[in-house]
Parts: sequence; structure tokens; C-alpha cells
Amino acid sequence: MYRSHVLVCGGTGCTSSGSQLIVNTLENEIKKNGLEQEVKVVRTGCFGLCALGPIMIVYPEGSFYSMVKPEDIPEIVTEHLLKGRVVTRLLYQETVTPDGIKSLNETDFYKKQHRSALRNCGVIDPENINEYIARDGYQALAKCLAEYTPEQVIQIVKDSGLRGRGGAGFPTGVKWSFAAANQADQKYVCCNADEGDPGAFMDRSILEGDPNVVIEAMAIAGYAIGATQGYVYVRAEYPIAVQRLSKAIEEAREIGMLGKNILGSGFDFDIDIRLGAGAFVCGEETALMTSIEGKRGEPRPRPPFPAVKGLFGKPTILNNVETYANVPQIILHGPEWFNSVGTEKSKGTKVFALGGKIHNTGLVEVPMGTTLREIVEEIGGGIPNGKKFKAAQTGGPSGGCIPESFFDIEIDYDNLLSIGSMMGSGGLIVMDEDTCMVDIAKFFLEFTVEESCGKCTPCRIGTKRLLEILDKITKGNGEMEDLDKLEELCYYIKENSLCGLGQTAPNPVLSTLRYFKDEYIAHIKDKKCPAGVCKNLLSYTIDPAKCKGCTLCARTCPASAIEGTVKHPHVIDQKKCVKCGACMEKCKFGAISKQ
Amino acid sequence: MKSLAELQQIRDKYHGDVSIRQDNHEKIKVEIGMATCGIAAGAREVVTAVLDELSKETVENVVVTQTGCMGICQYEPIVEVFVPGKEKVTYVKVTPEKARRIVKEHVAGGTPVTEYTIGANA
Repeated sequence: MYRSHVLVCGGTGCTSSGSQLIVNTLENEIKKNGLEQEVKVVRTGCFGLCALGPIMIVYPEGSFYSMVKPEDIPEIVTEHLLKGRVVTRLLYQETVTPDGIKSLNETDFYKKQHRSALRNCGVIDPENINEYIARDGYQALAKCLAEYTPEQVIQIVKDSGLRGRGGAGFPTGVKWSFAAANQADQKYVCCNADEGDPGAFMDRSILEGDPNVVIEAMAIAGYAIGATQGYVYVRAEYPIAVQRLSKAIEEAREIGMLGKNILGSGFDFDIDIRLGAGAFVCGEETALMTSIEGKRGEPRPRPPFPAVKGLFGKPTILNNVETYANVPQIILHGPEWFNSVGTEKSKGTKVFALGGKIHNTGLVEVPMGTTLREIVEEIGGGIPNGKKFKAAQTGGPSGGCIPESFFDIEIDYDNLLSIGSMMGSGGLIVMDEDTCMVDIAKFFLEFTVEESCGKCTPCRIGTKRLLEILDKITKGNGEMEDLDKLEELCYYIKENSLCGLGQTAPNPVLSTLRYFKDEYIAHIKDKKCPAGVCKNLLSYTIDPAKCKGCTLCARTCPASAIEGTVKHPHVIDQKKCVKCGACMEKCKFGAISKQ
Repeated sequence: MKSLAELQQIRDKYHGDVSIRQDNHEKIKVEIGMATCGIAAGAREVVTAVLDELSKETVENVVVTQTGCMGICQYEPIVEVFVPGKEKVTYVKVTPEKARRIVKEHVAGGTPVTEYTIGANA
């Protein structure tokens, strides 16, 4: 028995901030102090508070050490692990109060969260199937095989109200029932782990922190629809997720949770991994299946829907990682348990990847219906440097921007759609007053232009034309009629594109046009960028009254655009200026301003 | 090929191990004095004995922690047992052998070993 467990986050975020070195140092120091029989070091998945990585929690005390450095480890080992004196100085400071040390679940970041899909992330060792089993793993699969018919399993998922977490929110149980109703000699269960939205990392974190939950849920889905083979389509850019999932699949096969005659029920099921090569369009269901078949990842028209003719022309279901992560819990605790959380039409919880201008960058899971304000201000800790909230972007390149006037909107599938955005897979990017909304629209369009597969004209050419108009506006050459052209083209692309990529690509433009039209107009009429982002509309000037002629700016300027002699006011040559802002940063007298 | 019974076995075997990573308010706590005085008097061996005995007993809801100097160094090694809802029991001059009996009879069995307590020895 180990008296103490030290959990170190081994998610991608903390790994890139050096958590592997922390694990190694920790193991060495523990050995040095002869504690290896008493203290166990566990590398877990993501805790969520990526901004504070590397993260480490020591149990049974539950002490939460953040931003741990290798040089802190000897002290933590000799003081805390050996002598039992918590090193308060190195703890996450919010947990340190005058009355003692607060539990992590009482901190602002965690107290409003409801971790259900992420229940094992940051708790278990993802590379040890026994720890998953210890937390009720594979009990749901066993229950399905022993107690329920496939029809009953589908009914439970239907009753729970679970909707697809990949973006569109289609009812999962209904999708399963379509595939179950189609007779075929072979059916398939696929998992979409091709998480491509910029700033989204929910699925990656689940695969890294709890890969077995996806395996178990896919086996349940296989039993429900009558499939014996599953495929996980995961991005090759997620090496840690791929490695842990592969390990989990191997372990599951070893103990017979995958393979022939699972738990003696006569049900066969196995899973293979297919790696995506990083094309955004492969997150679209028909393109994803085409890619699994070994062909170029391009979408095809629907119908036929995958439930009728999917992978290799056979009935197929495709669900997102987070959708699957909810399934075993629903089976174990019942549909009523699941749908007691959430709003009328959106049940359960949703995982969001918080990013952008926010204190607590990371992964959060909240009940559906939590307001944007709660997520940004309470859980996210607000916006740094005293800046003002301007908008939140949800749904990545398919979604839209939510302005401050909807700060109190309860987030669920339908509310987001009604205000011109969408749930998407759960990326939530916060923007402050320094963000130019035209520039944001342009950023997402650059992404979709790059990622459009080129199969259909509206998407291939339409998005390119949209980008050209946006580029013209940000360069100060826009005309008012461009706004009408933008809108018309947006609707044309939405209505005529073949797949979801094109159908949603104009959303960032439409939603910024809807809520931030004044910014577009400022770019066109006044030739100004109110947020001071668009370089062509900016000019830096030196106030001769404040300039002391110290020459620092002239020496700093990379374009030699500043002229002047010592102790005389300097002048910026606007023709040469590249608007890098280096001079303004260096000036000690505040003489340089940007307009 | 695993059967359902084997799955349950794995679950039971690892459940106690993983349950330490939760809120530990409702658990029996065994606290061992691990300041310099405690270690010098042999507290490390006591910890090892406690852990070893606990794994034999397969009691689940127990946490073993260390604490600092309690100010009565002459009585080290000191072991305190906190059972939720009951008064704490302080054992003094604990040896590995005494520790094993404390685990067996008090922590797992529920009856304090009165002759090792501070009341019987002070």
C-alpha cells in the first residue's frame, strides 16, 4: 500500500511546460529518500488548469502545487512527502487561506464545474486499465451485455437526451437507432477525434486522460447497432493521445474487453486507429469515412446518410469523442441521472477549451445552460490587464462571435444558434477590446480558404472571394457596397456548399457583420481600425513637445524610418514605417502614439 | 478471456488504491510523527510496518499521513489514530511490532490497544 499518491499532469499542455522532467526528478528524489515503497507517482491526463502547468497534486492531503519547477522538487519531497509539512509557498495560491488550505474543488476555477465526461481526467493513470476499472470502468459494457437488449441500450441513450458533442447536436440515440434499423452483413462504429478547430482541445484531453472511456462507449455502441468493428480517426498531430489510445486498446484486448466473445456474451468487437493527416475537412463525417477507406478526404453529398451507407458502403455511426465519454455514465446511472442536468433541450454538461484573453486558459466542463459570464468571469478568472470583454468566439471557423450584450445568455445548442453562433466542438476564445473584429473574421476565412478541399465551387471560390473583400477592407480600400456583397456571398455559400465546412464557413463574417457593423464601417468610411490592429490603417507619430531627442527610437527602428538629430524632436517617415510599434515600446517619454 | 467475476476482482483490488485520490474527510486517519525527533526514534520503520500491515488487512478507507513534532519528543515514535466521529487515540513509543497490532486491532478491528496509549504510559 502506498500512503501517498503524487499526481502529475501528463496532458499535452503540461508536457510542453516540462512535466516529464518533473516526473523524472520526483522519482529520483523519492528514491534518494527511500520513499519508493510509500509514495506512488502517477502521470495523469489533463486537470484543466493548463495556464498553471506543470501541475501536481499530492494525496491524501489534496495539496495542489502549480507551475512546479524541477528545482522545487527536492524541497517538496523532503518537506512534504517525508516529513508531512506542506510547502505552502509553492501551492496554487488561491488554495492558501488564513484558515488553512482549501480543497481544489472550492476554488473559483473548479467550484462551478461539473466534471462528468472528464471525471477520470487528472485522476487516473491513463496507461493503466486497472485504474479505469477501479473507477467503475467497463461496468457499463458488462451491464449492457448482461442485462439489456440492443434496443434497450438505444432507448436509454435516447431517453437521456444526449446530443452530439461534435458541433451540430444531433440526438445520439436517434442516430444509433437509424443504423440499428438497417440490416447489413457488416456495420461500423466510428469515433471522430479529428479535432481541427483552432483553439479546441477537448477531445485530445479526453483521449489523453481517459482513453478507455472511448473504447468502452464504442463497444456499447457496437452492441447497440450490431457492429463488430470500430475505427477511431485521430489527428496525427496528437502523438500523446494516439500513444495512450493504442496502449489502452492493447490492454483492453489483453483482458478481453475487446476481441471475440466479450465477457462470455458472444459479442465480438474490436477497434483500430486511423491517423488523420491534418486536413480540417476530414472532421466532416463523409470526408472522414472516405479518408478511413484510404481515399483522398473529400466529402460526398448526403443522403445517403452514413447510417444507411457509410464506411465501405455499410451502415455506420460516427460520434465525437466527448459524446462517447458520456455514454458509460448514462448506462450506469440511468437516463434520468443524465438529463437532470442541463437545459430543456440540451442535457448534461459540455466541455469547453477556454483560450484567448483570459486568465485561466484551460479545460472546463460545465452544465449546459451556464452563462457566458459565469464561464468567462468566474471560472476563467476574467480578462487580464484590466481590459474590457468584447466578444467570445465559439464553434471555431464554423461558429460566430458573441458580443457583450449576450454575456448573460445561457449556453446551449439552441441559444447559440439563435444568436448566429454555434456550439461547435467547444472551443471558446475570449477577445478583449484590443481585438479587431474584421481582422478576426479575416483570420477564420484565411483558415477555411486554406482548408477548403476544393470539391465544390461555392466553398472553393466563394470563401476565397470573401477573404479578398475582407482583405480589401482591412487595407483601407473598402467601399460601403462591399458590405452588401459580403452578405450576399455569405448566404450564397451557406446555401450551396456541399458539406458542413462550406455551409458554416461564412458564420464568422455574418456574426461580426451583425454585431460589429460599426467596426466594418469605421474601416471603410473613416479608414480607421478602432482596435488598432489593421496595420494599413495605423500611423505612428511623435509628439514634438514630448520628444527629448534621445535617438533611442531611431536606433530601434528596423526600417530606419525615424529621422532627427540629438536633442531635437524626431519625425517618423510614414512611407518607410512598417508599423511594428517597436519605437512606441522603447520611448521613455511617451512621445509616440498610434492612431 | 475475462469473465464478469474477474472484472469485479480487478475493480475491488484497485479500488482502495485509487480511492485515496478523493476527498478524504470520511476516512480513518493514521498520523505518524515524522519530525527529526520521530525519525530519530524510528518513525520510518513504524510507517513501513503500518503500510505493510494495512495492505495485508485490505481495509479500504484508511489514509496514512505524517505530522510534525508534537512537543513530547521523549514519547516518540508517536502514532495517532482518528476514526471519524470518535475521539483520537494517541499511541506512544511505538515499535514496528506495536504498530502492526494497532493496525490489526484498532484500525481494522475497531478496538483501541489501550496498553500502548499515552494514558497508560505517561
